Amino acid sequence: MHTHEYGDRDDSMPLEVLLVEDSPGDVRLTQEAFHAANIAVHLNVTTDGVEAMAFLRHEGVFVDAPRPDLTLLDLNMPRMDGRQTLALIKNDASLKTIPVVILTTSDAEGDIAKSYELHANCYLRKPVQLNAFETLVRSINDFWLTKAMLPQQ
Amino acid sequence: MYAHDYTDGGDDMPLEVLLVEDSPGDVRLTQEAFRAANSTVRLHVANDGVEAMAFLRREGVYKDAPRPDITLLDLNMPRMDGREVLAQIKKDDNLKTIPIAILTTSESEADIARSYQLHANCYLCKPVQLSAFENLVKSINDFWLTKARLPQAQ
Repeated sequence: MHTHEYGDRDDSMPLEVLLVEDSPGDVRLTQEAFHAANIAVHLNVTTDGVEAMAFLRHEGVFVDAPRPDLTLLDLNMPRMDGRQTLALIKNDASLKTIPVVILTTSDAEGDIAKSYELHANCYLRKPVQLNAFETLVRSINDFWLTKAMLPQQ
Repeated sequence: MYAHDYTDGGDDMPLEVLLVEDSPGDVRLTQEAFRAANSTVRLHVANDGVEAMAFLRREGVYKDAPRPDITLLDLNMPRMDGREVLAQIKKDDNLKTIPIAILTTSESEADIARSYQLHANCYLCKPVQLSAFENLVKSINDFWLTKARLPQAQ
């Protein structure tokens, strides 16, 4: 018999989500949408791939960064884009099990195919409309943070 | 401006879901749950890993099998288990982009870790309770079949 139907998380532990996103407006939207969807989510933000890798590797200012339960990764960013970041994460033995959800404005079939080839866990297009964006974040929360079993940290 | 906010499946194209599951009871439950969640889903069933690989590779009786939009994969099955199937799929250049959701009764941390290491797209525990199972299938449908962008069929 299963004692837990869903993820076996201690209620007092926040869910750590890393958002890798260069647009301040989209960062704000995502923060608000998660705040509305699930108060147990702690949203960490890095604004490009270089910062994201430093965060994940606990380097420099990120020495005490938590390991994300889930990473939301934009594709088009300065310095190091999401495609490169994804490749680095999924090729790193100590980071590859972190679920990475691509969250981007790009609808290009090439980007979708390449992301799945690089082992992105899934690919989502950012809706333009606010309501649709909030609904999408609720769906991310519902599936990944309340239903899916995530690897232990 | 975007014409579509969600997956751009044509209205008359079914969504192809492959269920790899040896328990007939669970197969039946899953069929009914998907029927309730989304009538455009066509659920294909393979009863173990050997059948699953033949389906995906379009071998023998499966030569006209459609490419799944998503595969739900049990772990513990006779002949070839889900761990082996997962490893084979994700190593195959033609098959690796197919999203694989592990759907199993196992809550073992080792199974969870190993599945993500082998690049399972996600891992789900099969609830015992019927309504929870139906809710889970609704969530799978909502997230993967209406929101996620999936790789084009090949």
